[in-house]
Amino acid sequence: MRRILGLLAFSLLMAAWSFSLRAAEAGPKLKVFAAASLAESLQDIAKLYAKQGGAEVAFNFAASGTLVRQIQEGAPADLILSADEAQLDKLAKAGLLAPGSRADLLSNTLAVVVAADSPLTVTSAVDLASPQLGKVAIGDPASVPAGAYAKAWLQGAKAWDKIIDKAVPCDSVRGVLAAVESGNVDAGIVYRTDALISKKVRVALDVPRAEGPPIRYPVAQLKDAPGGAEAGRFLGFIEGPAAAGVFKAHGFLLLSVTAGAP
Amino acid sequence: MDPEELRALWFTVACALAGVGLVALPAFGLAWLLARRDWPGKSLLETAVALPLVLPPVATGLILLKLLGRRGWLGGWAHAAFGWDIAFTWRAVPVALGAAALPLMVRSFRVALEGVDPRLEQVARTLGGGELRVLRTITLPLAQRGLLAGLVLGFARALGEFGATVVLAGNIPGETSTLALALYRAVELGRDDQALRLLLVSIVLAYGALWMSERALGSGRRP
Repeated sequence: MRRILGLLAFSLLMAAWSFSLRAAEAGPKLKVFAAASLAESLQDIAKLYAKQGGAEVAFNFAASGTLVRQIQEGAPADLILSADEAQLDKLAKAGLLAPGSRADLLSNTLAVVVAADSPLTVTSAVDLASPQLGKVAIGDPASVPAGAYAKAWLQGAKAWDKIIDKAVPCDSVRGVLAAVESGNVDAGIVYRTDALISKKVRVALDVPRAEGPPIRYPVAQLKDAPGGAEAGRFLGFIEGPAAAGVFKAHGFLLLSVTAGAP
Repeated sequence: MDPEELRALWFTVACALAGVGLVALPAFGLAWLLARRDWPGKSLLETAVALPLVLPPVATGLILLKLLGRRGWLGGWAHAAFGWDIAFTWRAVPVALGAAALPLMVRSFRVALEGVDPRLEQVARTLGGGELRVLRTITLPLAQRGLLAGLVLGFARALGEFGATVVLAGNIPGETSTLALALYRAVELGRDDQALRLLLVSIVLAYGALWMSERALGSGRRP
């Protein structure tokens, strides 16, 4: 009896203690929700920001659709960088964005990747449908912008209907990349920038900008940003010249930032 | 292990403890009602309590999300009253883990309570003991091994919870990622070495928890 009560009390104390530790460790951290494809560049940018005396930044990298859903249900976030307009529109419609903070930041292109040691060649969207090519990984078009873009490209090339049966939908564009790296699928459609970070994949086909849908990465501050003014400062930094250099180095195309924080 | 993995480890343990603590009393109350009382509709409640054992954990998570999300009626109230958001914050994790542990705990508690001879309680009552005193001096001490095992079993179940957590809390690194969620992310992103480390940690942790629950049940059986 005493043992049980003791154990219960002990476990509750332990839990309380670790949560208080967590609260102490949390400090003034910015929470930035960002499209999975931005992981490397944003982490580099956060390091630059910290060097300039900016706050520490904690990231949540996932498919933009997942991020939007989390924010809609109340996940605390300061900024969101989505890989497509449609996902951010949902937050705008729900009135969750800080007015005037939204801006189009980056662009990208699609690429078809195969494993580095794969002998397969792909010269067009229609090639993906050929029976020599097995499973093709793409982001789930409903929540992963890279998947939605890929679908739009394939539909434009009249190849979607032929590929849909062997498409493997993934949780994020990085999931697509991992599936190709592991050799469990024959090919995958990712962003060019994703293809550049992996040594285990090879770009089989660069989708020409004119052929694919226009890709735009918008950024915005959340209305209820817990970081307050610091969130706005980091947003300004992301839109500034130092960050632009990092994005460029990772292969992103910069869109001129017109709106946004000062 | 890198800091992120270490964090996932202690966060999982802390949330499992908190989750078990959260549901321990309700679980005991339910077990007591099921073991010691008869009333119309008892079998319905009995089934409802066991439901999360067989329901897909994702479904349990969805029920919790509809309840605790910002637009859910409990979550909406918490948001309006205290400014607390539950879904997709760390607060959601103990809730999800506790919900997963609850049915197992009720089961173990109930068996433990049923193992106590009601005549002993009756005797205590005839000697003038009130219900609370009977519970404290007769029922709980006699059932303690099973109760303890139920707590540890619930804790063990909570450690491995995935489906309800991912729906209710999302997989937010550094915020809601438990061992199971971190493991899934590592697999999804093809980080095999990290996945392997997390796998080992999960095995050690689960083994330890199960061993403890077996010991809690077994040690006293031998005179």
